[in-house]
Amino acid sequence: MTTSIGEAVGFWILGPVALAGGLGMVFSRNAVHSALWLVLTMLSLGLLYMVQSAPFLGFTQIIVYTGAIMMLFVFVLMMVGRDASDSVVEVLRGQRVAAAVLGIGLAGLMIGAVAQSITVPLATGAPPGSNIGGLGLLIFQRYLLAFELTSALIITGAVGAMVYTFAGRARSKAVTQRERVTERLRGPLEKFGSRSGPGVFATADSVATPALLPDGSVAPESLSEIIEATARERLGHSTELSRPGDTHDTSAHEHHSEQDRVQGSQT
Amino acid sequence: MSPTNYLLLSALLFAVGTVGVLVRRNAIVVFMCVELMLNAVNLSLVTFARINGSLDGQVMAFFVMVVAAAEVVVGLSIIMAIFRTRRTASVDDANLLKY
Repeated sequence: MTTSIGEAVGFWILGPVALAGGLGMVFSRNAVHSALWLVLTMLSLGLLYMVQSAPFLGFTQIIVYTGAIMMLFVFVLMMVGRDASDSVVEVLRGQRVAAAVLGIGLAGLMIGAVAQSITVPLATGAPPGSNIGGLGLLIFQRYLLAFELTSALIITGAVGAMVYTFAGRARSKAVTQRERVTERLRGPLEKFGSRSGPGVFATADSVATPALLPDGSVAPESLSEIIEATARERLGHSTELSRPGDTHDTSAHEHHSEQDRVQGSQT
Repeated sequence: MSPTNYLLLSALLFAVGTVGVLVRRNAIVVFMCVELMLNAVNLSLVTFARINGSLDGQVMAFFVMVVAAAEVVVGLSIIMAIFRTRRTASVDDANLLKY
């Protein structure tokens, strides 16, 4: 079976272009040039798919490979290795010659095998039905399990990429709960937040600072039971003296509230 | 022209990709050579589908594309992580995986 003339013309134009793109990718020193050569190869391969009555794969090749994957490559190249052109120093002696010999041998082996083995009569024409409809039936009926596994693979890939990208960065930023509590008890930072406005009789916005009544005494409702120790430490023993029902030694109470008022007006 | 020519082109592209993997030193270029090998295999799969007159080869090529996309994402992030710690993208310099 032979193909049509138009397909032969398309192959003999696109095939050498694809091969030239591959060779240019291997032999260009600059990594960005390599990426552009590979884009050329992938575009011509997509057109070859369309020639071979696989239009869905052809468009997918162009959109996914040249549109998404190669753009990703170029982004990473711009971030990582744009100026890192390959060194001409051979680390392993004779490695390039060995690689060239191996490549030529591999190509000869595969070409010989293909040329010798494909002797079966070829099917004529495209498979019946539309290309995209047939592919959809196959993917969602016969290969449905593989398709679902593919989704699991893609999820794993996305999570893995995020893990690698944020590795080592999240650990240094973590603030424990105790540090948060300490920070809050220390009151607002100088950098952000605002001090108390004029007329407000308070020196700090910290939750450990009790509110003061108009006569300068500590309002007992503003004292938290949980942070009682902190309040005592700040106010001396005036805190426990101002508790309701705590009526003994009122002279000390008066003395301390007087002291508080003096301090507040000074600040 | 026989459709076997597509297979010959695929074999040549695969060999070129192999040589690139062996020769190049930049990790990203090595990765691109792997992509070229995957594309060569895709071309042969599409050609097989056409020769046999069925669509199964095209489905396989489709799955190869999906796997290649996931592989590129993970591989490029690994290269980025290595570059962040070692400040290099050369496969010769990254000889320790830990630091």
